[in-house]
Amino acid sequence: MPYEILEKFELGNSGTIFEMVLKTPLIAKKAYAGNFIIVRVNETGERIPLTIADYDREKESITLTIQVVGKSTKLLCNLRVGDKILDVVGPLGNRIHIEKYEHPIVVIGGGIGIAPCYIQAKELKEAGNKIITILGARSKGLLIWKDRMNSVSDELIITTNDGSEGIQGVVTDPLKKIIQEKKISLVIAIGPLVMMKYVVLTTNGSGGLPRVKTFVSLNTIMIDGTGMCGSCRFSTLDGGVQFACVDGPDVDGHIVDFDNLLKRANRFLEQEKHSLECYDEECRALEKHKREVT
Amino acid sequence: MGNQRSSIDIVKNNKGKKRLKNKKRPKMIEQDPSERIKNFAEVSLGLTEEMVELETQRCLQCENPLCVAGCPVNIKIPQFIKLLKEKKYKKALYKIKTDNLLPAICGRVCPQETQCEEACVLNKLGEPIAIGQLERFIADWERKNNLKECPECAVPKGIKVAVIGAGPAGLACAGELAMSGYDVTIFEAFHIGGGVLSYGIPQFRLPKEIIKSEIETLEMLNVKLEYNIIIGKTLTIEDLKEIGFKAFFIGVGAGLPIFLRVPGLNLNGVLTANEFLTRSNLMKAFKFPDYDTPIKIGKIVTVIGGGNVALDSARTALRLGAEKVIVVYRRSEAEMPARREEYHHALEEGIIFQFLTNPVKFIGDENDDLKQMEVIKMELGEHDESGRRRPIPIESSEYLIDTDTIIIGIGTKANPIITKSIPELKISKRGYIKTDENFQTNIEEIFAGGDIVTGAATVISAMGAGKRAAHGIDKFLQEKYINKKE
Repeated sequence: MPYEILEKFELGNSGTIFEMVLKTPLIAKKAYAGNFIIVRVNETGERIPLTIADYDREKESITLTIQVVGKSTKLLCNLRVGDKILDVVGPLGNRIHIEKYEHPIVVIGGGIGIAPCYIQAKELKEAGNKIITILGARSKGLLIWKDRMNSVSDELIITTNDGSEGIQGVVTDPLKKIIQEKKISLVIAIGPLVMMKYVVLTTNGSGGLPRVKTFVSLNTIMIDGTGMCGSCRFSTLDGGVQFACVDGPDVDGHIVDFDNLLKRANRFLEQEKHSLECYDEECRALEKHKREVT
Repeated sequence: MGNQRSSIDIVKNNKGKKRLKNKKRPKMIEQDPSERIKNFAEVSLGLTEEMVELETQRCLQCENPLCVAGCPVNIKIPQFIKLLKEKKYKKALYKIKTDNLLPAICGRVCPQETQCEEACVLNKLGEPIAIGQLERFIADWERKNNLKECPECAVPKGIKVAVIGAGPAGLACAGELAMSGYDVTIFEAFHIGGGVLSYGIPQFRLPKEIIKSEIETLEMLNVKLEYNIIIGKTLTIEDLKEIGFKAFFIGVGAGLPIFLRVPGLNLNGVLTANEFLTRSNLMKAFKFPDYDTPIKIGKIVTVIGGGNVALDSARTALRLGAEKVIVVYRRSEAEMPARREEYHHALEEGIIFQFLTNPVKFIGDENDDLKQMEVIKMELGEHDESGRRRPIPIESSEYLIDTDTIIIGIGTKANPIITKSIPELKISKRGYIKTDENFQTNIEEIFAGGDIVTGAATVISAMGAGKRAAHGIDKFLQEKYINKKE
């Protein structure tokens, strides 16, 4: 049963980030913040994990935000409203822990990671928590879901690397200030691995700053998403091994060996590049053919 | 298809009638090793009609056939061989399919040498009847002739049964229930059926078209297949009860990889056999970039383990272009659990075996890329609980092996996703589901069988469990819903 694309549009103005709403009746019924799905676009496609950024139980749909980085994401983003995706499976992974914390929660979203922050902030806000949000992007055009994040935040701080919007700098700049000034119960960080690494280094109790419990969301390379292949595994600082798919995807950031994870994330770089080149060539040939026909 | 070879020793008697020499069985035609390591096509090509004719003549048609008792699903072996001998192929097929709906699969991957063929009385005189090859022959004959034979189903009972997992146990259970007239739906987590047959066993041992074709037979029996559904996540047993399912068979296998506890496990280049084989088999990474899933293969690949999974990984690595493939196993050749046939094929293909060797540590460079593996030599000590002699490390015998890919194939364990979603379900300490002799769990409408009950075993034992569980389910449903109506 293929899964229909109900909505699809570009976010920001970079030409690489898209929002997609998918009709997935069973998944929409069970989805919560923290869950992800695995998608296989077509018969020759690979299985890629995507975090559920929002769900609508009435419309029986889930929302994804996708950034074009390789062939599979490009293939997905080239689809249009009404097109169908061959396989979608989920909801996978663990739902985040929801409770009313004593002190505010700082939610940090970086780049494409902003969207999955939304549903976490929303569920935590609904549980009565005070939410301080920090959004970070390279520049203004890459900032996504600002209004939606604003709607679930008590305070919203924006940082851009080039200063085109909000504070010029990185997300850890305001984070340092916040944890120095007031008591924070929890930090949630979703974004590029490097960003999450530095958030964790900020909250791990070093450098004279207080230690704050920090959850990060790991979007590692996966195949099945059910604990079977072990492709998504990561090292913990005490020498253990955990699986992002079944132990996470949201895990205690202070136990993650980010340096190993950063190296593991690049292990198919060569093949990913080759795959994208082949696809681009295919697309160009198809365009040329179309032009010749018309 | 390249070079092929077979050996068949045929002699003619003075009346010109042919028979097989020296009480030997015919040997299947196989792709030449030097050719086959360059492709993913099937290694064994089966028997010819002439070989089948001669081989069926050797069957003694025992009145009390031991082979049938040796088969986990009790196929009526002498009867189907007799029908083959009489060239009543269609009837022979029916005879098998009443007991086993997946003969093309079983003919290829069952360890007949330890089951039906081990029990064959001809073992005492020479070689046993090549039962597996005959089973495969007739199943292939059906497919080659585009036939789709399936036994007749009983009158529909209008009772819905859910089978969880489309692996060997689930497929066998579903087929048996469908034949008994139940309305069966199989729920499968992956996008195709077959379970370990699809993600675990390589194309060159079991072509995926065969699995597809045998699943189509089930669909002819009105078995419905729902893919991309994880019971315990997408739907729960409770959800299924709400939509009218009256009984459940859990056949989800033992899918989780067991890891070695050695330093360097997360270096790039170290992966589980599950990941390696799933990439290649299920996702067809061997056809990259035509298929999008990548696979990385080093120059020197080391596979750890001595079972079929380890050997499948080693032979796949070779076909993907590894220059050297070494299998490292901590016990000796005699204790290796892999099928002899596969070991033999692996040797022919040039796989190197290093027995009585165990990994100590994986060593990488500054980029966390694997470079070497430190191993230690082992010797065999006293017998352990598995009945095999326990391997013991020899002190100060460590040495280094250069390698850039390590594939860990030392076994699998239960996946807790489904059992966690049914907290009342009784499981063992290791997470396997507890059942009684009818494959019934402590929850009366839930049955289970295959690797999720026994731990990792063979395809046919899972099928046997699925089939017998179907009888248990039938008995339960008859008592609860059917006999009550009367």
